[in-house]
Amino acid sequence: MSEPVLRVEGLQSEFRIGGQWYPAVRDFSLAVEANETVAVVGESGSGKSVTALSILGLLPAVGARIARGSVIFGGRDLVGLSEAELATLRGDAIAMIFQEPMTSLNPTMTVGDQVAEVIRIHRGTSRKAALAEALHLLEEVRIPAARQRLHDYPHQFSGGMRQRVMIAMALACRPKLLLADEPTTALDVTIQAQVLALLNELKQSYGMSILFITHNLGVVAQMADRVAVMYAGEIVECAPVAELFAAPLHPYTEALLQAMPRVDRDSAALHPIGGQVPPLTAMPPGCAFAPRCPLRQPQCERHPPLVPLRLGSGHSLRCFVRAAMESAA
Amino acid sequence: MSASPAGGLQVRHLTKHFRLGGFFSGRRQLIQAVTDVSLDVAAGASVGLVGESGCGKSTVSRAILRLTEPDAGEVSFDGTDVRRASRAVLRGLRRRLQFIFQDPYSSLNQRRTIRQTLEEPLRVHRLGTRAEIRERAAAALAEVGLPPEAMQRYPHEFSGGQRQRIGIARALVLGPEMVIADEPVSALDVSVQAQVLALLDGLRDRHGLSFLFVSHDLGVVRHFCETVCVMYLGRIIETGPTRAVLDQPAHPYTQLLRDSSPVPDPARRLAFARNDGEMPSPADPPSGCAFHTRCPHRMPVCSERRPELKPSAPGRSVACHLFD
Repeated sequence: MSEPVLRVEGLQSEFRIGGQWYPAVRDFSLAVEANETVAVVGESGSGKSVTALSILGLLPAVGARIARGSVIFGGRDLVGLSEAELATLRGDAIAMIFQEPMTSLNPTMTVGDQVAEVIRIHRGTSRKAALAEALHLLEEVRIPAARQRLHDYPHQFSGGMRQRVMIAMALACRPKLLLADEPTTALDVTIQAQVLALLNELKQSYGMSILFITHNLGVVAQMADRVAVMYAGEIVECAPVAELFAAPLHPYTEALLQAMPRVDRDSAALHPIGGQVPPLTAMPPGCAFAPRCPLRQPQCERHPPLVPLRLGSGHSLRCFVRAAMESAA
Repeated sequence: MSASPAGGLQVRHLTKHFRLGGFFSGRRQLIQAVTDVSLDVAAGASVGLVGESGCGKSTVSRAILRLTEPDAGEVSFDGTDVRRASRAVLRGLRRRLQFIFQDPYSSLNQRRTIRQTLEEPLRVHRLGTRAEIRERAAAALAEVGLPPEAMQRYPHEFSGGQRQRIGIARALVLGPEMVIADEPVSALDVSVQAQVLALLDGLRDRHGLSFLFVSHDLGVVRHFCETVCVMYLGRIIETGPTRAVLDQPAHPYTQLLRDSSPVPDPARRLAFARNDGEMPSPADPPSGCAFHTRCPHRMPVCSERRPELKPSAPGRSVACHLFD
């Protein structure tokens, strides 16, 4: 297999709380292959957004750090690059879209100028050529009457249309990797479906890879080729999408699926997961999920590694109990 | 719709339009937030009100108890005419009919302890002696699964799920018969959402509470409500038993909404297609059927005449010319 587009190895990101460093992301390793969509799914506090910010070198300068690990992209380790070098990469070879497009767009600039600005900065084209390219991009993300709307301001756009503008800006430099952090969470479901469809289409036509960060298992099932489930800062299970949903192995993945009420079938009784995610400052030394886990065993006092299950299956798991059951089967 | 047995809520032809702009700047606009909405919540029943942002579902929930004064229509609760009720009668009704909001952080007073928050409604309604009030507040707190120590603490000391439990305790403390819940689990993570839904399930069973449950999440409504009303641009466009409506939607909008809701099954990826277009502005709703601008089954009549909400099958009604 050729070199993956993105390879994160042993990433540990930490925050300083009360003078001490606490890891928010631990032992995070994940590769994204060419033209692949990898979803990172987790609840609040799972570390999924911190992971995204770490990859992009966007952690706050004070009170946060990458303690160890590497982020290999285009043959280079992004950890330790200067801010100037990172800035050239961001929005060029790596593009990103976030949850709330209104906070990422400049309210005082027309939409056309904002998209054109990205093109001018990264490609050095003339204003006129950049504006023409911007129009082309806005048409590509299917903004109706794009030629007229080029001169509108962000507040004149609906939430869905703003996210399309963000996607147009992300595409401006034909990125190899699109990092999407909860891009449809603020949208209504019918608009979410449109934006997801658009992303899938553009991924094909642009030959991009997507690292898709979300809390929504339904969206994961729609978008991903592979899925990494995060809990309390770690990947607890990683598998091809069909396998993860058909046969989830980690007790947390399983519990998460059973806790989700579904539109397509009756769920007479939901099975909530008791308890809460442990806080950063009080991570259990062993398996982080053990205090809430119905399958807890004495060995769970030790910290389980993320281990591949069967050779070539692409399924890996961080659970002593289930891994033993699998290898016995 | 026939009159339901006493004890329930009946809403008839509820209408609320907002006027915007026109004084210093801006065009004068009439936002048709809710038009001609009728629904029943029988005693002990749970009715879901679903739709996307701007469809008017929250305005309906607020207009019922006149938190937003409706323009027209009738609301009756257990035989009492809510729209003509005096202040005193309304205060009594608000004891029996309580609210749970989406974001308990903004609906809880940050500078009051949980005890003050829970005891205040009891004092306002003069429900018992000091000792009795303390006891009732403690019982409500225990019922939502929070420890007694929580009484002395402030809202910011709790997680989102715990704050929603406090919001629920505050609604329960007066011993209501019905709860209007506006997106009560939308801000919560899946696992916490399941905890809160399980809590609401239990309360409903123990106290025989009825619910008007406002949500954008069809999965949550399928779990919680036996009846559903689907709203689009201020009107109910389909209503019926939740399972039947979601398994076999009649209205093309219900179908779109159902098909756009992602399910955790990669074998059933959404047939994303032909779904361009967004909800039109409630200030300028399309002529005829408001959905005709996005409808794949559009016919000439759809832009000319608005379809009435009519029975289509036992217990079900739909407002669509396909069923004329």
